[in-house]
Amino acid sequence: MNRQGRPTQPVASTTTADTITGDRALMVEQPLIFEQDSPGACGVDIPSPDSDLTPRLGSVPVRSQIGLPDLAEPLVVRHYTRLSQKNMSIDAQMYPLGSCTMKHNPRLNEKMARLPGFADLHPLQPMSTVQGALELIDTLADWLKTLTGMPAIAMSPGAGAHGELCGMMAIRAAIDHRGENRTKVLVPESAHGTNPATAAALGFTVEAIAATDDGRVDLTAFKSRLGPDVAAIMLTNPNTCGLFERDIVEIADALHEAGGYFYCDGANFNAIVGKVKPGDLGIDAMHINLHKTFSTPHGGGGPGSGPVVLSDALAPFAPVPFVVHGPDGFRLVEHQGQEDQAELSFGRMKGFHGQMGMFVRALAYILSHGADGLRQASEDAVLNANYVLARLKDKLTPSFPGPCMHEALFDDRFLKGTNIDTLDLAKALIDEGFHPMTMYFPLVVHGALLIEPTESESKVMLDRFIDTLAGLADRAQEKGAAEAFAGAPYHTPRCRLDETLAARKPILRWTPEPPMQEAAE
Amino acid sequence: MRYLPHTAEDRAAMLAAIGASGVDDLFKDVPASALLDAPIETLSDHKSELEVERALGRMAARNVPAGTIPSFLGAGAYRHHVPASVDYLIQRGEFLTSYTPYQPEVSQGTLQTLFEFQTQVAAITGMDVANASMYDGATACAEAVLMAERLTKRNRTVFSGGVHPHYRDVTRNLVTFTGGTLVEGTPDPDGTENLIDEIDDQTACVVVQNPTLFGHVADLTELSEGCHAKGALLVVVVTEIVSLGLMTPPGDMGADIVVAEGQSIGNGVNFGGPHVGLFATRQRYVRQMPGRLCGQTVDADGKRGFVLTLSTREQHIRRERATSNICTNSGLCALAFTIHMTLLGETGFRRMAELNHAKAIEAADRLNAIDTVTVLNNGFFNEFTLKLPVPAAQVVDRLAEQSILAGVPARRLYRDRPELAPLLLVAVTELTTDDDIAQLADAIEKEVRQ
Amino acid sequence: MLKFTQDHEWVRVEGDTGTIGISDYAQQQLGDVVFVELPAVGKSMTKGDEAAVVESVKAASEVYAPVDGEVTEVNDALTDEPGLINSDAMGEGWFLKVKLSDTSQLDQLMDEAAYNSYVEGLS
Repeated sequence: MNRQGRPTQPVASTTTADTITGDRALMVEQPLIFEQDSPGACGVDIPSPDSDLTPRLGSVPVRSQIGLPDLAEPLVVRHYTRLSQKNMSIDAQMYPLGSCTMKHNPRLNEKMARLPGFADLHPLQPMSTVQGALELIDTLADWLKTLTGMPAIAMSPGAGAHGELCGMMAIRAAIDHRGENRTKVLVPESAHGTNPATAAALGFTVEAIAATDDGRVDLTAFKSRLGPDVAAIMLTNPNTCGLFERDIVEIADALHEAGGYFYCDGANFNAIVGKVKPGDLGIDAMHINLHKTFSTPHGGGGPGSGPVVLSDALAPFAPVPFVVHGPDGFRLVEHQGQEDQAELSFGRMKGFHGQMGMFVRALAYILSHGADGLRQASEDAVLNANYVLARLKDKLTPSFPGPCMHEALFDDRFLKGTNIDTLDLAKALIDEGFHPMTMYFPLVVHGALLIEPTESESKVMLDRFIDTLAGLADRAQEKGAAEAFAGAPYHTPRCRLDETLAARKPILRWTPEPPMQEAAE
Repeated sequence: MRYLPHTAEDRAAMLAAIGASGVDDLFKDVPASALLDAPIETLSDHKSELEVERALGRMAARNVPAGTIPSFLGAGAYRHHVPASVDYLIQRGEFLTSYTPYQPEVSQGTLQTLFEFQTQVAAITGMDVANASMYDGATACAEAVLMAERLTKRNRTVFSGGVHPHYRDVTRNLVTFTGGTLVEGTPDPDGTENLIDEIDDQTACVVVQNPTLFGHVADLTELSEGCHAKGALLVVVVTEIVSLGLMTPPGDMGADIVVAEGQSIGNGVNFGGPHVGLFATRQRYVRQMPGRLCGQTVDADGKRGFVLTLSTREQHIRRERATSNICTNSGLCALAFTIHMTLLGETGFRRMAELNHAKAIEAADRLNAIDTVTVLNNGFFNEFTLKLPVPAAQVVDRLAEQSILAGVPARRLYRDRPELAPLLLVAVTELTTDDDIAQLADAIEKEVRQ
Repeated sequence: MLKFTQDHEWVRVEGDTGTIGISDYAQQQLGDVVFVELPAVGKSMTKGDEAAVVESVKAASEVYAPVDGEVTEVNDALTDEPGLINSDAMGEGWFLKVKLSDTSQLDQLMDEAAYNSYVEGLS
């Protein structure tokens, strides 16, 4: 009989035990790799060259010390595992970042992208050895063209903003080809910052267009701006207030009448996949963020992928390379002027053919959903946002009446007089176990809170989120609440960070401690 | 559908709470003529996991993975061995499924790795600072030229004929759209180009690649001095970052901006993407850099922490006056780079570079011994150019039939340059075995003898 | 003489030299200033030209020349200590000095009382 029993019922503790290390169980401080250097250790076993190496580097000297730390594998695995535990993620938290579409990232996508038949292909292999890869690109292109109702597509852009660049380059090339001098691009004030940045990067002048009280483009004001100097409009639809642009067809018609092109920012395409084909609305170009709408992982800041669908008017100017299907199978057209189709191509966007790894993931997601599932996903995304809007409309202050599309926009009027602002509320939400919503964007409302639940959240989770936010809104009205909110979050690896210090005295890399002597000088 | 949590009852209850009679009430702002009333018929319906695996597995099976046969392909993308722990760690959900770290209190994992990444890239390139990554080397190159134009307030760029033509094309596109001029060098297979006389007092920057597309390596010190004498900047492109485990880095040669393709470390070739662009420069130029930057600071308790910083350069604040329109970059590929580079460390990175160089020397000597075949390089790192007595494309196609990926014919990259037809770019890495080299040499020997 | 613009620049005139800065209201709106970009000494500016850029963590604003003139001096102390703009916007936080070329332009600007009531109307 085992007599060494141990207590199996906890005893209530009245003290908060200070630890010897200062760490708190799962919350462990982790120094930089440069502070863990163990010279001579190595996390990879690499054989030495068979014979003594006599470098053949021409006039280039062999380099001296690089300045990298040496660590064995167990330390590296523990280091990055511990760091990972300091992140919120979709896997672990509801992450309702408006405009960013933080939906579930299926692991099937990851598994498919790692098949050696996709991952271990060199981009310059003979085309006879990559027929399946070209077929995959072509298949995904077909789905995207059909879902958007557009005749052509450029697959190579590396992210959404890169897709904008691609679409606007096609517009610029088309205008140059017509021999016209159109220099202005109209952009609503509510637009993503990438829109004006893209237009400016291509030498266009950006002009803001006003919105109506109900959060849409002011059609009359818009029409009055049209003329022979307008190259394009860049319009997000559904827009960044989470609203469908009701007058979009009329906008397109008036713009085309005036000789301009319609660039649609497709960041919010996820609201309408399978419900509306943007091609039916009269657009000329639209990028699709595969990392938003089609669930390729955001990866802490990329990689993304931003294919651009194009109208017949812009198709001839599409960038190289692109896939064509001939009698001998699939082929890449890699050079301007190489074939009839590439005669007017504006050139190249990116090193190789596009984000293949993301194409595989997106196609896995698309095939999993199918036409029926994609439509259902859009409907659920819109349903969830409207549910949030409806249940919070009396606690928070919605900026516009519903229905909204895939995201619900509130402003900070409900915090008036509390001395608590949007940021404080968001930080308090972190302590409740939720990633904050998008804040202070779009710029057209004050103290914006943009909530995009996506279709991945269950009703149970949505109710919990809604109740939490409502509870925080109530708490904000309590006397003395401001101080408590200002200190949030309290239960995170770090509390609020000094961004002013970071920007005033930028430290952008680790440097060794200066020797004592130098420091004294 | 396995990814959608709602039951029919959930949906009904939620619609009731909203006060809508059906989901299409929520789409009432869509013009009626554009609202689809059913799933698109020409597209297939949802599939099980098994069915998707079969469909995609069938496509994957129609390709020849480079790792299954001898492969000598490079020219901007390089196969290297990536330790298993790299791919395991980047698939941790906290890294894989998080967003750009805008909320630093709950993103210290991503932020600290970015800070480590920036430090590694700066050290490897010999520069002061690096950003948190770009899409790839080619787009980083284009951004570097725009940055040089901003810094010098000039708009003429001298572009070496030794730079990868994809980089040239991407740069030309972006630069000429904004009124800049690109003076493009002719392809430089012999490595004899000298650009110093091309620099004038209107020149914003000179862009060179080291090692060049054709594998030549050069000490760029004199060129950087020539640039600086005219008030121009030197931009150095590195497509094979492993070379900097052995070669004196561009920073030590006087480069002002270094852009590189980081794919070789931590990332597969992936049929061309995603890859990871590296971007490094001098401290004094940091406010004109494109892309995200992570910086060190302290939290309210005085503990060290990390945040995204100097954001006023960026599109989400500066809008049409931003240094670049870039938003999403290559975060996860940068993470893979950092983990692999940490595993390697000073010791391993150097050893890896030595092994690449040694293998390449072995291959070059073996191939150069073939009658009528010449290696054009005196100095090189892990890639060199072969001159064949027959068109290289033809040899590559015939060797592909024999299950050897012989290299990249220069004409694949320079369609308009028939004079480059005999040239074959051959890359050799630590993955290349002695047997691979023997197979390639024997097969080429047979081809050129016929 | 102290004058203000609607964009919240101020100019203090002594002889033919105008010292230019941003108002206390402007620095409050910006929040902690982290960086200032100043013009080169000797640069000549026309009223309304971009004279300087002032940045906080979350915003960047142009400072426009309130009058025509040639830059005679810039406040280098701001480079190391941009916080001076927050602590003393109307004094040590000055941006630049210009040699005025057209003093009649001053008549178009607001005096302190007019500016204060203008600002009151904004909130």
